[in-house]
Amino acid sequence: MTDFALKVRRYDPESGESAYWQDMDIALEPERSVLDAILKFKADTDNSLAIRCSCQAAICGSCGVRINGQSRLACNTQLGDASEEERSKDGTIVVEPMGNMPVLKDLIVDMDAVHWKKVQRVVPWLLPEGDPPEREYVVPAESMIDITQSMACIHCGACVSACLSMEADPEFIGPAALAKAYRFVGDPRDSQTEERLRDLAEDPHGIYDCTHCFACIEVCPKDVAPMNQIMRLRRRATGDYGIKDSNNGYGHEKAFVDLVQRYGTLHESQLLPRSFGQGSLIRSQVDPDSLKQLAGSLPTVVAGLKSGKVSPVKAIWHKKLPDQAQVRRIYEEVESRGERIELNLYIVGDDAENTDESPDAGAGKPAMGDSAEVDTGHRTTEEEEAGTQ
Amino acid sequence: MPQYDVLVIGAGLAGMRAALAAAEGGASVGIISKVHPVRSHSNAAQGGINAALNPEDSWESHAYDTVKGSDYLGDQDAIEIMCREAPEEILHLEHLGVTFHRNEEGKLGTRAFGGASAARTYYVADITGQAILHVLYEQLMKHEEVYRSEEYFVTALVQDDSGHVAGAITRNLRDGTMALVNAKKVILATGGNGQIYNPTTNALVCTGDGIALAYRLGAPLMDMEMVQYHPTTLQGNGLLITEGARGEGAHLYNAEGERFMEKYAPNKMELASRDVVSRAEQTEINEGRGFDDGTIHLDITKVPRKRIHESLREIVMVARDFAGVDIMNEPVPVKPGNHYVMGGIKTDTDGLCPLPGLYAAGETACVSVHGGNRLGANSLLDTLIFGRRAGAHAAREAKAMAMPTAAHSQVEDEERAIDTIVRRERSGRRVSEVKAELGKIMDARVAVYRDDEGLREALEVIKRLQEEAKTVAIDDKGTVFNQDVLGALELGFMIDNAEAITVAALERKESRGAQYRTDFPDRNDDEWLKHITVTHNGSGDGDVPELAYSEVTLTQWQPEARTY
Repeated sequence: MTDFALKVRRYDPESGESAYWQDMDIALEPERSVLDAILKFKADTDNSLAIRCSCQAAICGSCGVRINGQSRLACNTQLGDASEEERSKDGTIVVEPMGNMPVLKDLIVDMDAVHWKKVQRVVPWLLPEGDPPEREYVVPAESMIDITQSMACIHCGACVSACLSMEADPEFIGPAALAKAYRFVGDPRDSQTEERLRDLAEDPHGIYDCTHCFACIEVCPKDVAPMNQIMRLRRRATGDYGIKDSNNGYGHEKAFVDLVQRYGTLHESQLLPRSFGQGSLIRSQVDPDSLKQLAGSLPTVVAGLKSGKVSPVKAIWHKKLPDQAQVRRIYEEVESRGERIELNLYIVGDDAENTDESPDAGAGKPAMGDSAEVDTGHRTTEEEEAGTQ
Repeated sequence: MPQYDVLVIGAGLAGMRAALAAAEGGASVGIISKVHPVRSHSNAAQGGINAALNPEDSWESHAYDTVKGSDYLGDQDAIEIMCREAPEEILHLEHLGVTFHRNEEGKLGTRAFGGASAARTYYVADITGQAILHVLYEQLMKHEEVYRSEEYFVTALVQDDSGHVAGAITRNLRDGTMALVNAKKVILATGGNGQIYNPTTNALVCTGDGIALAYRLGAPLMDMEMVQYHPTTLQGNGLLITEGARGEGAHLYNAEGERFMEKYAPNKMELASRDVVSRAEQTEINEGRGFDDGTIHLDITKVPRKRIHESLREIVMVARDFAGVDIMNEPVPVKPGNHYVMGGIKTDTDGLCPLPGLYAAGETACVSVHGGNRLGANSLLDTLIFGRRAGAHAAREAKAMAMPTAAHSQVEDEERAIDTIVRRERSGRRVSEVKAELGKIMDARVAVYRDDEGLREALEVIKRLQEEAKTVAIDDKGTVFNQDVLGALELGFMIDNAEAITVAALERKESRGAQYRTDFPDRNDDEWLKHITVTHNGSGDGDVPELAYSEVTLTQWQPEARTY
């Protein structure tokens, strides 16, 4: 048994008083969870402390909270880890309700008002064509395994709580709901793939509202990697359906890829106009819409000049990487592949590959990592990292 | 006052399936759950769902395995219905969008499971329950005509003057307001009661609410002595390691390195039915061949890595996060742990209870398809088949009747009862203390091995706890998410469940399925091939529940000696 110090954010809407911190000292084994500590406090000291919890095994998704500032499940965060991690000041474990959602009482937030409303927004049910077949739909095994990663979402809200885009734009559909959307877009049984993608691409709070900050991937307790699902939605929208959205998502991506192909690095001063011109510099200067957007982004240009990120000289003359051939080879290699290979948690290559490795090296690694994507065409994950907005 | 043709209480698989079926049948439907539906414990069903869907397989084979698994206590007419309707239900789920595992041809693929003579378990990795639960919730979101009351707790059922069940009293957990919900038909689908044991694989919400609600109204409970201990649960916290692990080829070893199932089930080995494997493990542990911490080892390292990634990923995470074990490189220590109650509210094959207007489905109910022991991957099937049948039947019957009258005074009665709990002096024991004592005695005396003396001791403790539960101390005086009052109400329900289980276990003087009496070690078909029903008689206080028997329905399979 070890003594752990917890600081829990409490709020009682009926008291008329504002939220406050409650200190608790709990003696438990370090491998027990933060939820165990809270339940012990409830059992022994004060059962008025409210927290949703049920399975205690990270499958029901009830106990999403922020621990030392990070969104996670209380039931699979060990006390020892939480008190020793860098985020913890002097070993104290700080527990707060999740972010981006209104607090109802203590650690309970209103998920209906935010999370479930957003889930409802993506038309979260299968829309097959016509009557079902007599037997099952025959679909590739990989496609089912592929969308099982989104199906693994337990709707705990950790990603919603951690989402920086949602903090800036509360209307953003958000990581959990968009991961749910991929579950249908990636499902060959669904008949509305293009309509779903067009809808999510055209929505100003849709797939192009994500700023690629990785926060949702970091906090997801089930390795759903919501941001990766959002990126897949984008690849489907642009690569597979060529959807040229009014949010410039398509243009920005094309501009990014083309510029890196030409210069080896990003030509910042061309990025903005090309993004507005669906990737084309010429179009950006003749198309009235693009011109309007260019004019509208003058403050950004000024800010760029002020900060030194761009200079008038650099804007005109952008240095190419010395070895352009290498850059070309990367593009050729990726483009030569017949199809886009999308690996995920459930698809990790065959056994022969794994057993060749030493047992230690092979153990667990593929399962724990984030999904890796390899693209053909003109996109790779790395190139998108700077986001689109 | 909200009024529905059909009111469903509980929104796990059985409840949601019932609600959808009732809505399809043209009924107005309300569904109430004390947690958000996707938090329901159906989530925890990892391994899969059985159906004889392959042309080489047959529903008769599935039914025979289930009958044998039940140790011949299952009602064969109900088992036949379940197994015959299983393939269609799987296809229905597939059409709704469940991402079932496919074989190389892109058709539905299967895995092996315990007690089954063919690989007939359909699955989604090891999150089958979650995948189906979420798809049914998708359908509820789609069908907005089904009115959802999420985070509402039912404190009591109400009847009209003739005794017809006419609705329920609900408490909105968000603000503590209470209301009468009037309905022509009420379907109870609140899951199991594992929380009366400690440890258990069951979630904190599994407090036997529906079973107790019906029991208090005078509905008979059946097969309550049949409590399943799952063979592979983690030491300490009781978390579940799916039977799918053994289905994929994992082995069990004792501390002497012996694959001990050879002695107990030479043919099926680790895939014998659960009561057999759990008893074998407990015997090894009791006779000193377990590991020092009272466990035996489950070795999953034999399963190919690709298969582990594809289909046991959840187990990788559970073992890593909750036991600190890397299952791909080392065995995981396990032991038998409380998992499932085969018994429940006695129903017919349409989910109808002997009380007019009342239905039950899923773990809350006892049709009885599981008899003395449930086969792995038959529970999801039970919830869906009998959830659907109950929903459809209730919708049909509701059309032909007028709304029964429910006296509003019952809301005030319930409000007063809760007020009394909140306002009384804090001199009694804490809810947590009473619950802990209950869990301990049940796991010690009403577990894998039982005897007269132990069961009597347990019953005595239960009777005392029943009294103590009436005066438990309450810290929370508020109305918003008052989990303290909720806990006190659940505690009362749990103790009722424990009483019924123990009384029935004491009554059955033989060993069958999950009930193993060391003082009556043999199965005795002459005297005990029958169901025991337990009925609450009278107002409660100090009453001994009434016991009765009902026939086991045999169709084509006569009892035989049971070996695996």
